[in-house]
Amino acid sequence: MGEVFTAAVLVAVVASAIRLAVPLLLASLGETFGQRSGVLNLGVDGIMLLGAFAGYYAVLKTGNVWLGLLAGAIVGLFLGLASSFIAVTLKAEQGISGIGVYLFGLGMSDLLFQKLVGTPIPINTFPKVDIPILSDIPYLGPMFFQHSTVVYLAFAAIPVSTFIINRTTFGMNIRAVGEYPEAADTLGVSVAGTRWAAETIGGTLAGIAGGVLAISLGIFQQNLTNGAGFIAIALVYFGAFTPLGIMWGALLFGAINALVLELKTLEIIPRDLSNLAAMAPAIITILALAVVARRIRAPAALTKPFTRGH
Amino acid sequence: MNRITKLAILIAVFALVAAACGSDSDSGSDSGGDGFRVAIVAPSASNDLAFTQSMVDAVNSLKDSGVVSEVAITDGTFVPEDGATAIRDYASDGYDLVIAHGSQYGAFLPEIAPDFPDVSFAWGTAADTYGLPNVFSYEAASDQGGRVMGIMAAALSQSDVVGIVGPIEVGDAKLYVDGFKAGVLVGKPGADVPVNYIDSFSDVALASEAATSLIGAGADVLSGTAQMVVGAITVAKADGVLWFGTQANQTSLAPEIVVASQVYHWEGILEEIVSNVKGGTLGGELYSITFANGGLVIEYNDDYPLPDDVRELGDNAVKAFEDAG
Repeated sequence: MGEVFTAAVLVAVVASAIRLAVPLLLASLGETFGQRSGVLNLGVDGIMLLGAFAGYYAVLKTGNVWLGLLAGAIVGLFLGLASSFIAVTLKAEQGISGIGVYLFGLGMSDLLFQKLVGTPIPINTFPKVDIPILSDIPYLGPMFFQHSTVVYLAFAAIPVSTFIINRTTFGMNIRAVGEYPEAADTLGVSVAGTRWAAETIGGTLAGIAGGVLAISLGIFQQNLTNGAGFIAIALVYFGAFTPLGIMWGALLFGAINALVLELKTLEIIPRDLSNLAAMAPAIITILALAVVARRIRAPAALTKPFTRGH
Repeated sequence: MNRITKLAILIAVFALVAAACGSDSDSGSDSGGDGFRVAIVAPSASNDLAFTQSMVDAVNSLKDSGVVSEVAITDGTFVPEDGATAIRDYASDGYDLVIAHGSQYGAFLPEIAPDFPDVSFAWGTAADTYGLPNVFSYEAASDQGGRVMGIMAAALSQSDVVGIVGPIEVGDAKLYVDGFKAGVLVGKPGADVPVNYIDSFSDVALASEAATSLIGAGADVLSGTAQMVVGAITVAKADGVLWFGTQANQTSLAPEIVVASQVYHWEGILEEIVSNVKGGTLGGELYSITFANGGLVIEYNDDYPLPDDVRELGDNAVKAFEDAG
């Protein structure tokens, strides 16, 4: 049992947790923008899947991982626009339309893969970038400073998102239309325009999250996300609709997964309990969510379409 | 019905159509085979370089040779209930043989098969026909190939740590993992053989991290089974760690590091099943592919410079299984 508490195991768990957290983090940050504006998008997983395929396919054809990331972002942007049109302009029931977007992404990403690629073909992955000096620090270096550029960018997106939401006029408008759209409208804020923008940011980040996942793995296959988009939605609640809270949630989920994997490798978890251990990330996340959700309040206008005068 | 409701229905229909498109329902044309129609329902893509592809290739081979006339495939039904719906649909359509290619579909057969007494069902990998007269079951003795490749892995390992990435501890996956581990320990009794079952057939990211964890534990040779191992193979490739594949030839995924693959050839037992069905026996028998009946084959990667003595170890192990029958 002492093997669990070695520095090598700790380094492996933390580094793995960070890698596993990144796609969740990006998708959750995007969903936060949408939800803070009052729009729930249950189609995040579908957008991630199409973003993943787009990213994979672009890298397969060009060999350039950054073009792949761009492709994921563009696909996410268009799906974000489509989601905005459905949820904001057409005022469709957000739960149903979100599931529709998910199923569309699930089916279409597989269809495109089968027709355009077929058999899985490995692609280039993001190269690791060791941060000078910091990466040489014992233990801390391998944990935090020997990742790919997208990992650093994903964590840099946290303060940026926090700043946008809390310190800019655009962020204030997002919060206003999510809490009290009638008042925001009275003050001249375009509720529809703000929600379109927030939802499109959400779609773009979900597409990027999918692209990051596929390019990091260097492969694509059907249902690559394995439900990560739905976990990302849960993390928005876990994180109390704040980027920092979401980061902790994503890291917790990643850390539990990484720890379970490491314990299995070390054969510390008895084989009979392996199935139970595999459920641990989901169970702990649900429990944590239940505890956190009691203390937070969702945006008052979440899922409520806005019509002037109603 | 108001505008919003109409829109919601429209979106749902659109999404379902797209989702349905994602599953490759492919009906081949008649090319002989006495009008014998076969349908396959499988959990992953037809070209997954693993479990599903092994069956699709086998049935298409029978079609090419005129044993069957029509092949329909519904792949990607990773949700078992979706698979059960497809199985029932094919039976309703009057297919002569419906292959439920996945142990997860087995639970549905006792309720589906009795409703279609004139249709034959084949289910695998499993060794249970539920006592039904129109259900065959089939399995792969994947432990045989696992043992052969485990022996070679032990010989190639410098660190004496050989890791295995598993999906869920059932069916031929468990057989393979157990066989591979036993083979490594035959080759090097003191070797460390950590096994990491990620408890998912589809989580590529988790398989990738499991491989990273095993490499971190010192493994310089890896193996794994099921469709999610593509993630583990890319990690092995990036770290220059050797890989042994199973179910289908996985060389194309990483020619630099794939040493060999155990490939399933279901053609032989499928031909027997088709022959039985044509003769009026619709089920009740168990089949297994082995080295002895040609259902298992070790395919080597010609681009990997495998030392002759290691190749000889593998060939001898295969011959021992063939001789034992």
